[in-house]
Amino acid sequence: MSSSAALRILPCGDAALTVEFGETVDPFLNALVLGLDDALKAHDVPGLQETIPTYRSLFVTYDPVVTDFASISGLLRELAQQAGPKPQSPRRWRVPVVYGEDFGIDLEDVAKGKGLTPDEVVRRHCGSDYRVYMLGFMPGFAYLGGLDQTIATSRRDEPRLVTPAGAVMIGGVQAGIQCIEAPSGWHILGRTPMRSYHPTRQQMFLIEPGDSLSFYAMPRADWRMMEEAAEAGEWIADLVIDAGVAA
Amino acid sequence: MSVLLIEEVGPATSVQDFGRYGALRYGLGTTGAMDRVGLAYANVLVGQDWHAPLIELGPLPIKLKAKEGTVRLALSGAMRGISLRGQAMAMNESFCLAEGESVMIRAARGGVFSYLAVEGGIAGSPTFGSFSVHRRAGLGSPFARPLESGDQLVVGDASVMEGERRLPAPPVVAGPIRCVLGPQDDFFSADTIAQFQATEWTISATSDRMGYRLEGSPLTHARTANIVSDGIANGTIQIPGTGQPLLLLAERGTTGGYPKIATVITADLGRAAQTPVGAGIQFQAIPIEEAQALARDLARMIAGLPQRVEVLGGGSLSSEALLAGNLAGHATNALDPAV
Repeated sequence: MSSSAALRILPCGDAALTVEFGETVDPFLNALVLGLDDALKAHDVPGLQETIPTYRSLFVTYDPVVTDFASISGLLRELAQQAGPKPQSPRRWRVPVVYGEDFGIDLEDVAKGKGLTPDEVVRRHCGSDYRVYMLGFMPGFAYLGGLDQTIATSRRDEPRLVTPAGAVMIGGVQAGIQCIEAPSGWHILGRTPMRSYHPTRQQMFLIEPGDSLSFYAMPRADWRMMEEAAEAGEWIADLVIDAGVAA
Repeated sequence: MSVLLIEEVGPATSVQDFGRYGALRYGLGTTGAMDRVGLAYANVLVGQDWHAPLIELGPLPIKLKAKEGTVRLALSGAMRGISLRGQAMAMNESFCLAEGESVMIRAARGGVFSYLAVEGGIAGSPTFGSFSVHRRAGLGSPFARPLESGDQLVVGDASVMEGERRLPAPPVVAGPIRCVLGPQDDFFSADTIAQFQATEWTISATSDRMGYRLEGSPLTHARTANIVSDGIANGTIQIPGTGQPLLLLAERGTTGGYPKIATVITADLGRAAQTPVGAGIQFQAIPIEEAQALARDLARMIAGLPQRVEVLGGGSLSSEALLAGNLAGHATNALDPAV
């Protein structure tokens, strides 16, 4: 497959590596990542431990006692060339957000930086159809592609040490939903009461890589009620299975 | 079963084991012990599996008391004073704490984390096979948070008729922390990569189990400080826009969006984590083949620890303590009550 010509396998220390399909946020590259991830579930790769599908690369941890970089790289390169892109998932999420003010402390600054009103930034943020490219950084943190490029804003030079659970953020050309309080260098536009990770909920994780997702503004007055429901284990966000997309 | 009461404890002390594996793909990081060698030594000294849950001690003192039975403990990792019954106890050597007795473990000297293992283990329920506390994720057992004064851990009873066990202290390794360049070393010039290795970085005070901020003359990016986020290994050194490196450790995020100049090798991760705030740290890149050979040596060393244990004659308890202790009890495995 011609798309694998650019494939690079990069060491991440002596017990992990990255299979890189490209350097950009691109749904086709991400489908190749998920395709290889599926292929690894079906093949026995000695020493392979875990994988993290990311935007444009598959992170792989392995046991250097069982294998070595050259051997596992060779196997992964072969499998990557055989595996095709994973088809579009039929799963689609609708996620409520309270935007601006103390819920979205960076909304004003992002708007100013782009010469837009805060309402216009919200409209463009809600107007996009996002692809869940990956889950990472902290449990349940959904990295989204499909951000309206007119509101894309480079990350902060100095990450904040604490940002709140449920923060709906943008960083560079990426968008994201944070699940638990954590440090971050991204800009916070709002907050959602949804918890894509909940340690004591029966379904610990909700969102899967490859899912589709969109945002809508919810009234600030409903925040407390929705947050309590999420804490009690409710999903809050709606999951729709799109019948038009083959599973 | 016995109980270990935490009488006094400082911050950053928590139950840890080898870490939590199986949900990296959902953003749930492994956490686990910061110094795997300390974890293994302490556990093997009390007859536990090397990767079993124990108490990882932050740099400050801790005082513990045995209740409802006698417990056997062993301390490894960063050097500290241990005082029991007015006597100094040795590190890397097990000792018994009779019911009602307290042990004082002083602040770390020249390191950060020490490892306190308990014979028969700590009772709790694992998530993804691990007790390791992940503070931000709200996971860990028996407490999903660092330990606080007044906490009580249910632990195994000491096999008081058996002798204490000793291991020779782990060899002290000096010199730079070794790393493998990449995955984004091509985002830096050769000069910057040389500067990264020539600099003696200082561990910043805003460091924790997630990662250490390194202070020094900032590094410059040849391309950009923003990359499309990808996976982060234990020991990753990423360079954010400030040019001040971040060394990402046990409680790191699973992915990140700053270029990663290098990754600390498995064999040196514990040594890097044991560098205290304010101390200097230097890095040296080595070929991956050498790093993997060193990882295999480390695995062999850890697997061979039980054979190196020296059993000393007689238990460390005084006769009074033996009488006070629970002699009727027999050793139980806190992790598997059926044993």
